[in-house]
Amino acid sequence: MDYFAQQLINGLVLGSIYGLIAIGYTMVYGIVGMINFAHGDIFMIGGFIALITFLILVSFGLTAIPLILLIVLLVSMAITALYGWTVERIAYRPLRHSFRLAPMLSAIGMSFVLTNYSQVAQGARVKPVPPIITGGYTLHEGAGGFVVQLSNIQIIVVITTVVLLALFTWLVSSTRLGRDMRACEQDQTMASLLGVDVDRTISMTFVIGAALAAVAGMMYLLYYGLVDFFMGFVAGIKAFTAAVLGGIGSLPGAMLGGLLIGLIETLWSAYFSVEYKDVAAFSILIVVLIFLPTGLLGRPEVEKV
Amino acid sequence: MQTSRAPGVAFIFKKALISALVALVLFSLMIGVRTEAGSDGQLTYWTRFGDLAMMVATVFGGSIIVELLRQWWGPVGTVRVVPAQVTSALSLAGRLVAPVLLIFTFLVPVIFYNERYILDLGILVLTYVMLGWGLNVVVGLAGLLDLGYVAFYAVGAYSYALLATNFGLSFWICLPLAGILAAFWGVLLGFPVLRLRGDYLAIVTLAFGEIIRLVLLNWQSVTGGPNGVSGIPRPTMFGIPLSPGDDGLAAKLGIEFSPTHRIVFLFYLILALALLTNWVTIRLRRLPIGRAWEALREDEVACRALGINTTTTKLTAFATGAMFGGLAGAFFATRQGFISPESFTFHESALVLAIVVLGGMGSQLGVALAALAMIGGFELFRGLDQYRMLVFGMAMVLLMIWRPRGLIGHRAPTVFLERNQAISSDLVKEGHG
Repeated sequence: MDYFAQQLINGLVLGSIYGLIAIGYTMVYGIVGMINFAHGDIFMIGGFIALITFLILVSFGLTAIPLILLIVLLVSMAITALYGWTVERIAYRPLRHSFRLAPMLSAIGMSFVLTNYSQVAQGARVKPVPPIITGGYTLHEGAGGFVVQLSNIQIIVVITTVVLLALFTWLVSSTRLGRDMRACEQDQTMASLLGVDVDRTISMTFVIGAALAAVAGMMYLLYYGLVDFFMGFVAGIKAFTAAVLGGIGSLPGAMLGGLLIGLIETLWSAYFSVEYKDVAAFSILIVVLIFLPTGLLGRPEVEKV
Repeated sequence: MQTSRAPGVAFIFKKALISALVALVLFSLMIGVRTEAGSDGQLTYWTRFGDLAMMVATVFGGSIIVELLRQWWGPVGTVRVVPAQVTSALSLAGRLVAPVLLIFTFLVPVIFYNERYILDLGILVLTYVMLGWGLNVVVGLAGLLDLGYVAFYAVGAYSYALLATNFGLSFWICLPLAGILAAFWGVLLGFPVLRLRGDYLAIVTLAFGEIIRLVLLNWQSVTGGPNGVSGIPRPTMFGIPLSPGDDGLAAKLGIEFSPTHRIVFLFYLILALALLTNWVTIRLRRLPIGRAWEALREDEVACRALGINTTTTKLTAFATGAMFGGLAGAFFATRQGFISPESFTFHESALVLAIVVLGGMGSQLGVALAALAMIGGFELFRGLDQYRMLVFGMAMVLLMIWRPRGLIGHRAPTVFLERNQAISSDLVKEGHG
């Protein structure tokens, strides 16, 4: 039971990270109707920028951890958001009205560009960082000596996710930008006729998605203590799985899907085999799409002629 | 007229300046700072402002050049008048390309008999031509975006490798078996994805490809895990080994043995397999099933309305494509003599898909030329190994922007009415049909 509780905590933390990435997929899919294949790599870039900012700040002699974290978060969000904007501008905007496979292939190309760009720029080796946030709480000490722990970093990851999710829900539901986004999601032509700047709204969607992915990248860095140039691929597919599981286009769905995928992956590793944890995640994607193509919270898609 | 369309120098300069500024922010940390784990495991960093300045300057200059080119080229969609002679010469050249290329391919082992490197490269190109033609059935004809094609390539390769090393079956028995097994896996993948369209299908096939690779990597007792399968037997010429021994082909023919014989044999083997793929595809296109594939690509809903069974249509497309992938995989295994999961990553799928898309999705000649261009291009960047995929990715993005329908982008239906027919208004409410 204690072991299970510990895995539950770990799974929820991992799921929060997946959820943050999944929001980017689900938003872009909702508005533009394409899978932003490069989104996983945006997450990886976010992790790298967080790492580099952190190194520079530490070497400048900054010691206040909360201040460092805040600066790292802001810098990483800002620069990664610009990456998201640039990717949309270069690779997707010219293909807005092209045939349906073109944006997908362009996105795959962009994903290769980003992966290999960071490999060339920062080297292929894994970048480890020493644990930045240490300590934690012991929740329960079992009879067998097994201790259920909740570390500070886990608390930070979960709290950050909840705060961002609340902020983001508010943004979509009650601001001008959010209204524009929902309008574009329903009908781009109609939205533009009614005075919504569709191009700008789509750009902002990518920017916000990238900023959230940057947060996820930073949380990943803090939680696992390493980044490498290839981490975006698998994390990206899993986050996409999460988005599909929750129902693509639905924001609470993305978060729910992320948590479920995180839990399933952690529990699978704990009780079955670590080697096949990715196989489990990918199989879930296939199973979900067979039996529940609209996901848990998604709306059914009507096919029109 | 000319001046009103072309924006001034100030505009170009401003645009380039903004691009350079964006580039400065993008590259500031990723290129301006280099991190590396030191010998004690501690991460250190050093700055590279020279590289950063160079990159920003490149973006600035590149942006000006692109803008100038765009003005010179004129707005997109301008109709350019081409003289009739040029058009007819081009169409004649277009008709001649395929036979000339085929004859040249047949002669490659004769011309370059002593150039081992070129022969090896030729085999590699032909392997990708075959894979491209196989995937073309799924993507180009049936319009199903398959991002996990490498899975079938892997199934074929491992089928041959395991059957040959464990049961001692010969290449010629295993080749059809590998094709059948891969086709079986194609159907197996086909079933769950039948209801999916477009992007969802792409992601599921991608996940499927990764599952196959991960299973190959982790199922150590059967597949050897990351160490792969080694000692895969070389192919024989219908039972006669191409070896220096007394029962070898060279001894039987009474000529001196040379290792090049095997390379030449492999070259013609893959050429035959590729041509088989091409022939089957061309024939299938003329059968009802091929017509159904193309109809499915154009409009699935209309297909269903016209009574085409989309289930069997999709499954046959998957199975046919997978079978050719499996055959190519068996060839790959026998040529390499060693296979490991590393050869079957997502990059391979993307490369084959890029070949199909670049070739114009559906054009057989286009796919062959695209394979030649892609693999040849990869060879040019051989020395710059780490930049290879970077350039590949950029090329993919630029090609999609420049020519979303591929280099030889024709998707004309194979069947169409020769002329418009006027039919009685009793049959059609609006009058002319």
